[in-house]
Amino acid sequence: MPKVLKAEGMNKCIGCFTCMLACAGVNHRNHSISKSAIKVRTSGGLQGKFVSVVCLACKDERACAEACPSGALEKRPGGGVILKKEKCIGCRKCESACIVGAVHFDEDENKPIICKHCGVCAKFCPHECLEMEETANDL
Amino acid sequence: MIYEKYIRVLYLDLTTKKIRIEHRKDLYSYLGGVGVASKLLEENLKPELDPMDPQQPVIFAIGAASTIFPVVTKTVAMFWSPLTGELGESYAGGRMAMTLFLAGYDAIVITGSSSKPTYITISRNNVEFKDARAFWGLSCDEVGRVVREREPGGGKRSIIRIGPAGENLVSYACVCVDTYRHFGRLGLGAVLGSKKLKAISIVGDRDLPIKNFKDYFKVYQEIYNKVTDTSIMSKYHDAGTPVNIEPLNAAGGLPTKNLRQNVFEHGDKISGETFAHKNLVRKMACTGCPVGCIHIGQFRREFDKGHEYEAVSVSYDYELLFALGSFLGIKSSDEVLQLIEVVEKLGLDAMSTGVVLGWATEALAKNLITLEQTLVPLAFGNTQAYITAIEYIAYKKNEFYSILAQGAEKASEIYGGKEFAMTFGKNEMPGYHTGYGSVIGPTVGARHSHLCNGGYSIDQSMKEFDKEKLVEKLFKEEKERCMLNSLIICLFARKVYDRETILAALNSIDYNLTNEDLDAIGERIYKTKLRIKKMMGYDGKNVRFPKRLFETPSMSGQLDEKVAYELLDMYNKKVEEMMAKEDA
Repeated sequence: MPKVLKAEGMNKCIGCFTCMLACAGVNHRNHSISKSAIKVRTSGGLQGKFVSVVCLACKDERACAEACPSGALEKRPGGGVILKKEKCIGCRKCESACIVGAVHFDEDENKPIICKHCGVCAKFCPHECLEMEETANDL
Repeated sequence: MIYEKYIRVLYLDLTTKKIRIEHRKDLYSYLGGVGVASKLLEENLKPELDPMDPQQPVIFAIGAASTIFPVVTKTVAMFWSPLTGELGESYAGGRMAMTLFLAGYDAIVITGSSSKPTYITISRNNVEFKDARAFWGLSCDEVGRVVREREPGGGKRSIIRIGPAGENLVSYACVCVDTYRHFGRLGLGAVLGSKKLKAISIVGDRDLPIKNFKDYFKVYQEIYNKVTDTSIMSKYHDAGTPVNIEPLNAAGGLPTKNLRQNVFEHGDKISGETFAHKNLVRKMACTGCPVGCIHIGQFRREFDKGHEYEAVSVSYDYELLFALGSFLGIKSSDEVLQLIEVVEKLGLDAMSTGVVLGWATEALAKNLITLEQTLVPLAFGNTQAYITAIEYIAYKKNEFYSILAQGAEKASEIYGGKEFAMTFGKNEMPGYHTGYGSVIGPTVGARHSHLCNGGYSIDQSMKEFDKEKLVEKLFKEEKERCMLNSLIICLFARKVYDRETILAALNSIDYNLTNEDLDAIGERIYKTKLRIKKMMGYDGKNVRFPKRLFETPSMSGQLDEKVAYELLDMYNKKVEEMMAKEDA
């Protein structure tokens, strides 16, 4: 069964940013948290709660893929999309189509940063905020 | 600069509002962190001018392995301390190291002074000096909020700032970093205040490809597993550093009521367990640390009649519970948090504030000072009086509080009571009365902190007291920590970062170092610090021990002043030998 990332334990988050460092490192071979597909931030300064902005793995209809003019975002089994970099023209239409703001944009590469639900962030979360969950294949 | 053989330094001049960047190949052999910062302080210091002269420099530096390995989270600040009149060196966690790292700077040198209050914004492609006139007078949390709302970069940003205590040049004013962390000790807040620098906002978001991914990630994973899967770090996350209150109190090593006692009869009411049970509402971490030792405690305040309440949250740690708890005879966790809140808002160092008030309390009881001077009846356990007194210190309410704002050493020089002014090298004492290590350690330590060489920890681990061994251990640890602080690891993780781990980590990011190199780096840095201290007029022979240390028994029993001076001589000899030697 396919798996998708669920960030349902964010109440336990300590804001260590290890998930972002791991995602940027493994998926982009980069030290910068700017490259991470998951973004952890505070709502209202450090006295506010930690929240994560990451792909919610939409099933059936994917707004980001619908908005893509070049077919660079293909449906991923179980939810979400897969970026075909060679087809992407960097128009940023997917970024505005995602209404939870989970499509981030890599200015250096001129490509969106798309979560592929690989689970690296969950593996490096010390507090079980992030977990991989099995889900039915919707394709 | 990672993957480059140079150190990238950003120079900021507040007088001319000009900046420049230098790539310093010559600093590479100092690794980073405290090594680089020491060297930059040495070459920018103006020994002929006053410590608070506008021309004096403030240095910030990140380390050789900042952010990209677990628990390597600290930024160092170096300056001329207005409190001790010599080496100022302080560390803060939070997001600062990550933001400097990803803005592309290894170190910042700030000189000059702005004619009007200013704040600085730093990013990878811009540095700006901005108007902070309306911010002047704001508390640490308020100024943090307004800068946060004004400046971009949320999530990749660090905001460091001073409160009213820094503006008013209190000698032990701190700098708040990202709400819950601080450059606490030795008065950096006052130095920034003297430069009219209210805040710095740093955004880090540059592209930084990993060079040898396989090597790097293998080491990263090994360290991550060591940190999260073993018991080495668990106490720091569980009840946190306050867990030490109970064992230290039980063993008779908890300085209480200005060290008139080594045991606090109400210790259980301010223990780590009690805080965890009654007040703990959240734990947080510095960027890149999977441990999360920051403990947030909450108390409820009734601000008006008619059941009008607010919930107040502040971070707490062992040293704060000692300084604003046992040392002042405060017997409830809520009251300790109330004192921490005031100290936080005003931007004071919690440790110095508590220890200074301990002296003032005893001085008032002994009639060295009067109620006309203190304005409030300072007495052990009187939280309300202390809250008011802390405000009076920050605003230098009268002549007495202006002097108190210069530290316990200065106050005791003027009013008497030196024998119970609990300072080491003019820096207020930490929360350990464990034995000779806790006395000699901070006295000989380069910045007079318990963290220079961990003397208090040696006391607790040494089975049998041995003068030679103690001095040797202090000396060795001081050098080792110079090396560790050039990375800059959080010292809580010092057991994770053994030599083998450090070499594996650094060599996976393109260094080519040996164990002997690390020895040499540690010694090189220590010698640099000692040269700076000499420039500032410090003489290791010319130090004093407050008599109280030898009156109140320690965890290791009664201490003898003669032995303390003997140990001091032994240590000074080691330093002289090292300084006479050529650089390795």
